[in-house]
Formats: sequence, C-alpha cells, structure tokens
Amino acid sequence: MSTAHGNYYLPNPSPWPIIISFGLFFLALGAVLTINSLGAGPWLMLVGTAIVAYIIARWFGQVIGESEGGIYNKQVDRSFRWGMAWFIFSEVMFFAAFFGALFYVRQFSVPWIGETELLWPGFDAAWPTAGPKGPMAITPDTVAGANQFSPMGAWGIPAINTLILLSSGATVTWAHWGLLKDNRAQLITGLFLTIALGIIFLALQIYEYIHAYTELGLTLKAGVYGATFFMLTGFHGFHVTLGVIMLTVILGRSLKGHFRSDHHFGFEAVAWYWHFVDVVWLFLFIFVYWL
Amino acid sequence: MGITRIKHVTGAITRLFLGISLWSVSGLALAAYELNFQKPVTPIAEEILDLHNLIIIIVLIIFVIVFSFMFYSIVVHRKSRGYKPAKFHDNNTLEIVWTIIPFLILVGMAIPSTATLIKMEDTSESELTVKITGYQWKWRYDYPDHDVSFFSTLSTPRDQIENKTAKGENYLLEVDNPVVLPVGKKVRFLITANDVIHAWWVPQFGVKKDAIPGFINEMWTRIDEPGTYRGQCAELCGKDHGYMPIVVEAVSQQEFDKWVSLQRNKAVAAQASAAQKWSKAKLMARGKQVYGQCAACHGANGEGVGPFPKLTGGKITTGPVADHLKIVIQGKPGTAMQAFGPQLSDVDIAAVVTYERNALGNNTGDVVQPSQVKALR
Amino acid sequence: MATATAHHGAHPTGISRWLFTTNHKDIGTLYLWLALILFFVGGAMALVIRAELFEPGMQIVDPHFFNQMTTMHALIMVFGVVMPAFVGFANWQIPMMIGAPDMALPRMNNWSFWILPFAFVLLSSTLFMQDQGGAPSAGWTLYPPLTIQGGIGTDFAILSIHMLGISSVLGAINVIATILNMRAPGMTLMKMPLFVWTWLITAFLLLAVMPVFAGAVTMLLTDRHFGTSFFDAAGGGDPLLFQHIFWFFGHPEVYILILPAFGIVSQIIPTFARKPLFGYNSMVYATASIAFLSFVVWAHHMFTVGLPLAGELFFMYATMLIAVPTGVKVFNWITTMWRGSMTFETPMLFAVAFVFLFTIGGLSGLMLAIVPADFQYHDTYFVVAHFHYVLVSGAIFAILGGAYYWLPKWTGHMYNETLGKWHFWLTVIGFNIAFFPQHFLGLAGMPRRIPDYALQFTEFNQWSTVGAFLLGFAQLLFLYLVVQTIRSGKKASTQVWDGAKGLEWTLPSPPPYHTFATAPKVK
Ligand code: HEA
Ligand code: HEA
Ligand code: HEC
Ligand code: CUA
Ligand SMILES: [Cu+2]
Repeated sequence: MSTAHGNYYLPNPSPWPIIISFGLFFLALGAVLTINSLGAGPWLMLVGTAIVAYIIARWFGQVIGESEGGIYNKQVDRSFRWGMAWFIFSEVMFFAAFFGALFYVRQFSVPWIGETELLWPGFDAAWPTAGPKGPMAITPDTVAGANQFSPMGAWGIPAINTLILLSSGATVTWAHWGLLKDNRAQLITGLFLTIALGIIFLALQIYEYIHAYTELGLTLKAGVYGATFFMLTGFHGFHVTLGVIMLTVILGRSLKGHFRSDHHFGFEAVAWYWHFVDVVWLFLFIFVYWL
Repeated sequence: MGITRIKHVTGAITRLFLGISLWSVSGLALAAYELNFQKPVTPIAEEILDLHNLIIIIVLIIFVIVFSFMFYSIVVHRKSRGYKPAKFHDNNTLEIVWTIIPFLILVGMAIPSTATLIKMEDTSESELTVKITGYQWKWRYDYPDHDVSFFSTLSTPRDQIENKTAKGENYLLEVDNPVVLPVGKKVRFLITANDVIHAWWVPQFGVKKDAIPGFINEMWTRIDEPGTYRGQCAELCGKDHGYMPIVVEAVSQQEFDKWVSLQRNKAVAAQASAAQKWSKAKLMARGKQVYGQCAACHGANGEGVGPFPKLTGGKITTGPVADHLKIVIQGKPGTAMQAFGPQLSDVDIAAVVTYERNALGNNTGDVVQPSQVKALR
Repeated sequence: MATATAHHGAHPTGISRWLFTTNHKDIGTLYLWLALILFFVGGAMALVIRAELFEPGMQIVDPHFFNQMTTMHALIMVFGVVMPAFVGFANWQIPMMIGAPDMALPRMNNWSFWILPFAFVLLSSTLFMQDQGGAPSAGWTLYPPLTIQGGIGTDFAILSIHMLGISSVLGAINVIATILNMRAPGMTLMKMPLFVWTWLITAFLLLAVMPVFAGAVTMLLTDRHFGTSFFDAAGGGDPLLFQHIFWFFGHPEVYILILPAFGIVSQIIPTFARKPLFGYNSMVYATASIAFLSFVVWAHHMFTVGLPLAGELFFMYATMLIAVPTGVKVFNWITTMWRGSMTFETPMLFAVAFVFLFTIGGLSGLMLAIVPADFQYHDTYFVVAHFHYVLVSGAIFAILGGAYYWLPKWTGHMYNETLGKWHFWLTVIGFNIAFFPQHFLGLAGMPRRIPDYALQFTEFNQWSTVGAFLLGFAQLLFLYLVVQTIRSGKKASTQVWDGAKGLEWTLPSPPPYHTFATAPKVK
C-alpha cells in the first residue's frame, strides 16, 4: 500500500522522448535498408544509433542530476523499482521465446522430421542436428570438414565462463555490501572486479565464436542447432555488453561520490540486471551447452 | 498508381454503387440463402453437423435465457418509469450457482466432442492411400499403390474472373484434373506441401487439414454417395490462395479401377512422346498452355508484377538456354520461384521454355527439346 | 503524503506542449487522437476489402493488393486503434481514479506514445512500395514460410512491430508502477475502480507477451536474411514453431484487446443503473482467471495443423473453461442492471449493446473451441464473424461508450445527445448487417482471406458490404460530434452523470492540468 512522503516529483516537459523516437525510427529504417543491401542503410543506422546513444546519455544524465539533487522522494524511488523489476520481467519473457523455440525443436520438430521417412529418408533425429539438409553433426569440439559442423562442448570455455559470471554476481553483491556500509573502497573495488569479469567473459565468448566459425563449421546457418545456439548466446552476450556499460556508468558515478547507503536505486537496478543476465546464463549453460 | 489504374478504380466504384441499387430492388427474398453446413456425405461430416447443431441449440438457449433477464430489466427497471434503484451488490450463493452451472454445461458439451474427435483422428485400417501435396497454387495427387500422379489446377477462365464473360455455374470451384476416389472405402490421405502452408478442405467430407512443408499430416474419409464434391484451399498461401480449388469425383470401385488404368496409359504415352523430337510449332502450342501456370506471377504477356520479374527481354529468358532451363527446373530457393522440375514433364518444360524464348516479346529462335531437359535434371 | 511538486510556469503552449509533454492528460489525448485517425485508415482498408467482395470476380484491386489490405487492416486496427485507445483511456483515467498527481514515470510515458507514430509511418510506408512487393501480405498472423517469401515490406513490418513492442512494454510498466505506487491513502487494491483493475491485469499480459512476439518476429527476420532455420524443416526447424510462439502471444493479445473494455463497461453500467456494480470481488477474480487461462489455450488457433490428439483435447478443454469467468462477468453486468433505475444516454446504449453483442461473439468463440466443429469453421468467415463481434462490438463499442462517458469530463463540454443516439443506432445496425451474415457465409463454406468467391456466397457478401459502408460512414458522425463537443458543447458539471461515483467525478470538468496536487482522502 502506498504511503508517500513529501512531494512526488513531476518532471517538466522534455524533448528527449520524441528525439529518441526519431533515433529509433532511423535505426529501424536503416536496419531494413541494410539487410536488403540498399544504399543509405548503414548510414541511417549510424545516425539512428548516434541519436539514441546521445539521448540516452542526456536523459540519464538528467535523471542522475535530479537524483543527486535530492528531488526524488521515497515514492519516486519505488516507482523506479517497480519499473525496473517489470522491465526485467519483460526481458525474461523475451528470452523465454528463444528457450521455448529450443525446447520445441528438441522435443518435437526434430523427432517428427526423423519420423517423416517419406520426405526425409535416412535422417537421424539425434540432437545436436542441423536438420536433414544442414551440415552433419560430428563429435563436439573437433575440427569440422566440409558440410560438417561440430557442436560446442560444455566443459571448456563455457564452464569457465559460468564460473566467471557466477563470481561476478558475487563481486557485485560484495560491492553492494560496501555501499551499504559506506565503505567506498569496497564499493569501487567490487564494481571494478565485476566489470573486469564481464569483459573477460565477453572476450572469451568472442574467442569462442571465432573458433566456432573458423574451425567448428558452427555458424548461424548450421540448421536449428546453429540458429538456437547463436541467437540465445548472442542475445545473452548483447545483454552482458549492456550490463558492462551500465556497470561502468555506475563505477564512474561511484568514483564521483554518488550514492548513499540509503539512496542508491541506480546501483541496485544495475545489480538486478546483472543478476538477471547471470541467471539467463545458467539456463544457457544447462540447456544449450550441457544437456 | 497510373491514370488507367485510377480510371479502373473509379469505374469499379461506380459499378459498385450501381450494383448496390440494382441489387436492392431485385427482390432479395428470392435469393437462395444457405444457412448451415453443406449437405454431409461422410459419417464424420454427419457427426460434425449433429454436434454443431447440438451446440448451437445449447448456446441459443443460454443466450435467450440470459438476455431475457436483461431485456426485462431494461424495460421495467427504468428511471422514466419511476423505478427506484435497489441497493444490493453481492450474493454469494447466486455467484457460486452461476459459476457451477455453466461449468456443468461445458462438461456436457465436451463429452460428445471428445468422442467425435477421437473417431476423426483414427486413420487406421484404410483401404486406399492418397498423397496430397500443396503447391502455389495447385494440388498434386499421388496414388502410391496405383502408380498414378497428377496436378490439379483451377480451370475457370481468366475472362470470367475479370468479368469479361459471364460466370459459369461452378465459378472458381472447377479444376482440370479432379481427384477420383471410390465410394464406401476408407481412404487415408497423407498431406504435405512444397512451398508454403496450404490446407485441403472439402466441407461435405468434414475433412480439413493443413499441408505443411517438410511434414506429413494424416486424415481420412469414407464417402457414402457417388457425386462431385468441391472445396477450396483453406490457408492463406499467397496471391492466388483464392484460386486453388479442390474437386473430388466419388465413383464406384469399377469406375475407379477404369480411371486408374486410363491414367496409367496416359503416363506411358507421355513417356513415349518425350523420347521423340518435337517441332517448334508443337512446342509453342504446348508451351502456351503450360505458361498458364507461370502467368500467375509473370503476367499473361511476361510483363511481371511487383516482386515477380518480367520475362520480356529478361537476362535469363534471352540468355543461354541452360541457365533458363536451370531456373525453371530448380527454381530459386527463398523466393516464390519454385522448382518446376518435379512438377512438369520434360516435354512441358521444353515447351514452356521454347515458348518463353519465342513469345512474350522475346525472339531468340531457340527450340528446346525434351532430351535437353532430361540431360539437365 | 503526495502533494505533487507541480512546476508551474512550465506549461509549454502550441506544438511543443504536445511534443514534449509529460502530462498524463495531454499524453492521453495524443493517444486517443492517434487511435481515431488510424481507425479511419484501418477502416478505409476494410472498406476496400468489402468493396472488392461486393460481388464475385475481381473489380477494384488485384489479389496481391487485397492480401495487403487484409494484413494492414488487421495490424492497424489491433495495434494502432484498440491498443492505443485503451492506453489513452488509461492515461486519462487511472491517475484521476486512484487519486494520483500523474503517471508514475511521466517522461517515459511520453516516449511510449511518440514511438507509435513513427512505427506506423514505417509500417504504412510499405503501401507505397508496390514495385518491391508492397505491404506485408501474409495476414496479420505472419505465418512462415509465406512471410519468408514477402518483399521488403515484411522487414518494415517486423521492425515496426519491434517498435510497437517497446512502446507497449514501456506503457505497461508505467501503468503497473502507477497503480501499485501512486494510489491515494485509503485507496486499497480492492477499492480500485474496476477499470483500474482490468488495466493492471492487462499491463501484466502485455509485459508477458509483447516480448515473446518480438522474439517471434526476430526469428522471422533472421530466417529471412541471416540463414537461420527456425521455421524450415530442411534445417530441423518447423513452420509450426512460429505458430506456437505467435499464438502464445496472440491469444493473450486478444484479451489485452478486451479486458480494458470490460473495465470501461463496468464503470458505465453502474452509473446509469444508479446502483453499485454487482459482485465487485468476483469481477476482479474473473478477470484474473481469464488472464491466467489465456496463457494455456493458444493452440485453439491451430486445431487443423495436425496436433497430437492429447494436445487437441487439452486445448479444447482449457479454451472452453474461459467461458466460466467470462460468464460471471456477463451475469454480473446484467445483475447490476437488475432493479436499477436505468436511463439510456449514449454511453449506456453502447454498454448494453456491448454486453449483448460481445456475448454473441463469445458464444461463437465457444463453438470454435469445439475441435471437431472447428475443423469446419476454421479459416472461414465464421471465424471472421466471431472476432469482429468481440473486437468491433466488443472493444470498439466499449471505446466509443467510454469516449461518450468521459468526454464531458475531459473537455468540460457536453456532447450533443441526439447526435450521439444517431451515431449509436447507425453503428449498431450497420455493424450487424455487416457481420451477422458472415456467420452463414462461414458455415456455408466461404474461406477467409480470399479476394473472390464462388457464386453461392454472393447475397450475404452484398449484405455485408452494405452494412460495412453504413457502419463506416456512421463513424464520420462520431468525428463530427467529437470536434463539435470540444469547440462548442455546453458546459458540463463536475459530476456530469447523476449516478456517477468515483474520484474523477469530484474534479471539475475539465480537470486542472495537475490532477491531485494534494492527495484526496479515500474512505
Ligand atoms: C477481443 C478479442 C477476442 C475475444 C474476447 C475472444 C474470445 C474467445 N475466443 Fe476468439 N478470436 C479472436 C479474438 C477474440 N476471441 C480473434 C482475433 C481470432 C482470429 C485470429 C485469426 O486467426 O486471425 C479468434 C479466433 C478464435 C479461435 C480460432 C478459430 C479458428 O481459427 O479456427 C477460437 C477457437 O477456440 C476462439 C475461441 C474463443 C473463446 C472460447 C473465447 C472466449 O473468451 C469467449 C468467452 C465468452 C462467452 C462464452 C460468452 C459469455 C458467457 C456466458 C453468457 C456464460 C454462459 C455460457 C456457457 C456456459 C456456454 N477464438
Ligand atoms: C480491432 C480490430 C478490428 C476492427 C475494429 C475491424 C473492423 C472492421 N473489419 Fe476487420 N479484421 C480484423 C480486426 C478488426 N477489424 C482482423 C484481426 C482481421 C484478420 C486479418 C487477417 O486475416 O489477417 C480482420 C479481417 C477483416 C475481414 C476479412 C478479410 C479477409 O479475410 O480477407 C473483413 C471483411 O469483411 C473485415 C471487415 C471489417 C470492417 C467492415 C470493419 C469495420 O468495423 C470498420 C468500420 C470503420 C470504418 C469503415 C472507418 C470509417 C472510414 C470511412 C468513413 C472512410 C473515410 C476514409 C477516410 C476519411 C480516410 N475485417
Ligand atoms: C509463385 C510465383 C511464380 C510462378 C508460378 C512462376 N515463377 Fe518464375 N519467378 C518467380 C520469382 C519470384 C522469380 C524471381 C526469382 C529471383 O529473385 O531471382 C522468378 C524468376 C523466373 C525466371 C528468371 C527471370 C529473370 O530474368 O531473372 C524465369 C525464366 C522464370 N521465373 C520462369 C518461370 C516459368 C517457366 C514458370 C512456370 C512454369 C514460372 N517462372 C512460374 C515467381 C514465379
Ligand atoms: Cu493454397 Cu491457400
Ligand atoms: Cu485465441
């Protein structure tokens, strides 16, 4: 139940929303033109991205200013919390669509194709597979020849990355404890470690992708295995990247002396987000790499 | 939009309004209105109709009871009649009752539905198997047990569709080669598609199933009475979705056997003709016929529409013959241009390619023989 | 408690008032106008469809363009009319109904709106690319592999759907944060007006399914351009995978299109019956049950695709169950009228028509849920009739009723009651002539999404077309009425309707720019 104290802050009219919508428009238009190999596409995308990035920076800059200026009361803080929590929920559902696709192809479509002798004679419906017309699956992590692909094993880089992300979840919590105790050094060290771990994770994933493309014959085009593998891990990697950027902003703010033990929604939002990315990875590790 | 297009549209709108006024005077009451399903001719269709009638009656009774309360209230409980509002706003017993009663009604509806559904899904013990394949925009039928296979396409002339001649009785529900099935036999269908999803539907059989590329669905029917039954593709499959009808001729077993042997003889004759050398005139004549299928996308005069390329003066249609043959035989994956190799005979492909190269505003002089097609397959 | 820090002196006027606004009322107005404009655009497309179907043969458009019309009509009506209109209502009403100074996140609120016009520009621009294949033409359900064949218009549609998704998610977050966090003291959850409740649950549905839809179209995009094979059996995928994901979104989506309508009707009926809403608690629980069940019925759109028998039975039973909570709602509305003291101003007329006609659509929905019968109904005009009864005489009627109900509050002016009644009767009559015959067309075997049909379907199609034109032109009357009300209606009182109850009716008409600068006390 809401019992608000003091004044609820209502912002003045703001140009940011409409300008960022313009940015999104250019981004979308540019994307369509680019994938259809039409002239100005990449430039439009660039302009769109620049606008979006610039506005996000300005918009958040303003919010940070307002927050540090002390005009947000507890009730505003709660609005932000509800907002972030439900935003993360919507992200969960986005990933759910792709996990659902993975589950469906493994449980249903691949076995069904295997049973359809009339159309796909001789197709062996064992997972991992790239389908009857895709490249053949060989033992994980071995170099693939022509028209072959090799699935990604779980116990090499993916296992290391699991450890990395789990520890980064711990370091960010440790940083939070630091903040709660007003121990700035612990806060900053914790954040720094978290970012470092995030970057190492990304670097390893990029290495893994290059390995997949150059040696394993594992590409986006390697049937449903390749599709689900790259879309799931790719969107996850994208979210890690966003998380790292957000953490970096938080680190910068911490260095500037922002946040108080009783007023640090920005920090917590990013920490929640980071934990969410972490949990998604656990599911990825289990269902994409391991089982 | 060009001027002609605008003229076309305004003309059509005028006709529309003329039509409306004509129609309203011309005695609506006389028209034959079909208010329920078409006459069922299979046991399943019969059961579905009974189920449908049962449910609609239940639903109508509920509807009448519920809304008689509302209309009574609307008439009686009016302010203008000086009716004073009551104060109540809750009644647990009532609310429980009207949760449970509908639930029980639903259970009553679910039982016969389940029974019918189980019968519909039982394809075991069939006496004949027919494989149906959906193509943009025609059906292919294979009788694996009889070695018979053919395509079935709309036979309504374009002039009727474009309102240039009067429409025939079976407008849009007629095909060149109907499917022939024996009556009184349990026929199992295996259904799939070549390009996009279609759905095979004959209302009087109570059979409708999606044809999904890469997968095979099963369904069955047993037709009680001989006759001609018509249906349509029931899944949006692109531009000519409205133009891929289904016609089934249900005949006695003897007539069915006769038809099968006739089909076999035709196939043998076709093979023989592929071996011989064809004259340009004969190829052109046949090619013109085959081109009817291509015209759906490439236009009657090879002019193309929207994403479908024009063939007049095209790079491929005036370039090397082999490339031309290749795109027709193999199609172009990921586009609407399908592989015609498996659909058309060597003669047909030779004919249509010859035709495209010497008509539609092209004039390469090439004559393509069936043997060349065979070599490229 | 919440006295809002209102920043006076910061009331931009002219165009920047609308472009930069952070005010829930201005944003609500923007949403409502956008919806009204797009209603005419989407409606004009429906009229193209109906005109072509007036008689057999091709008269006005070619089949490819016809498919574009069907697809765009549906996308615009669903995402551009009904959803934005409901968000418009939410913006105007929720803060006023719960005693809040504004929406919880005002700048984001503006952003949710401004994404929309851009998304629709992107989507509609495809109509002008006829040489590249034109607008998307595979139906609003976008089934592959047909969508994979589509031209560049399909890519525009996909990207604009992403934008619409962002807008809906941001809007839903705002609604939830507002309802959970901005209520005046004493406004407990179970005291909230039903419209607020239905929106809370709708917002939850939006958050749960819009991202799933975004995921589905993303897979379409990668299948089209990046060589993935989610929907291609040759690579181990399945076209049906798309249908499952789409309908996991699509079925809750249809409740997104009706729950706020339930809310609006639940506000209107008690007012004009001068009697409290019957069964408030069961209304809330019924709404929640409908939302919950909506997640487990999706495959009822796929009965003919060849699901395993057990699947068909499960989805049939689950779908049928939805009739129970929906029935509870219908009974509650009727019992609210029972022994009331009713008057029939235009909002009430629309609400009563809603209850009556929506139930017809609901009952035909129940028939569709019966699997063996659905084998006959599926993809025929029977389905088209079903969903226009729930969408037009459901969602649209509730929107029109709600507009009449609150227009005096919003504008401070009374609308012209005589014109309102004319509009109502023409709409109801036109609607029924347009869509009732479609039931018979479907039963007789006319497939949907066809530009041309066999001769035996002619008469009913002609009725339908005539009805659609009547229905369409009646809406011009509405446009006129709204403009007239804004400019010259007579002054509306604070309470407007003598049976109206609730916080919004304690505010002057029109309400001040910042609603509850000091939170009201709710007993
Ligand atoms: C606002 C939108 C809306 C709403 C509310 C509904 C409500 C329902 N719909 Fe509908 N539906 C659509 C929009 C909607 N639908 C659309 C857009 C499509 C087509 C999509 C496409 O393919 O393009 C569709 C298609 C559709 C299908 C697929 C048909 C097909 O393609 O073959 C089915 C099948 O089960 C179905 C069922 C139902 C049911 C059971 C309800 C129930 O919620 C209805 C419940 C209501 C009642 C039952 C009436 C009131 C109850 C009583 C008075 C109580 C007493 C009653 C009894 C005990 C019987 N709908
Ligand atoms: C909320 C959703 C909604 C609404 C409100 C409507 C409203 C209408 N729809 Fe709807 N329709 C759908 C959702 C909706 N529809 C969906 C989801 C489909 C399925 C698509 C698919 O298969 O993929 C569909 C499909 C559909 C079909 C089937 C097409 C086909 O299968 O090929 C038809 C045919 O009659 C039709 C007709 C109408 C009509 C006559 C209206 C009328 O109610 C419209 C009335 C309003 C007006 C007519 C506006 C007034 C306009 C003017 C007066 C013109 C003046 C113009 C200007 C000033 C610009 N619709
Ligand atoms: C369903 C629509 C459709 C049908 C039917 C169709 N085509 Fe095509 N055709 C296409 C499309 C789309 C392309 C363009 C493919 C691409 O993107 O290169 C094409 C390309 C071609 C080309 C190459 C043209 C060029 O200059 O690039 C030839 C030749 C051709 N088709 C011949 C035929 C013949 C012969 C038939 C009938 C037997 C036929 N087509 C039927 C859709 C169709
Ligand atoms: Cu084939 Cu529709
Ligand atoms: Cu549904």
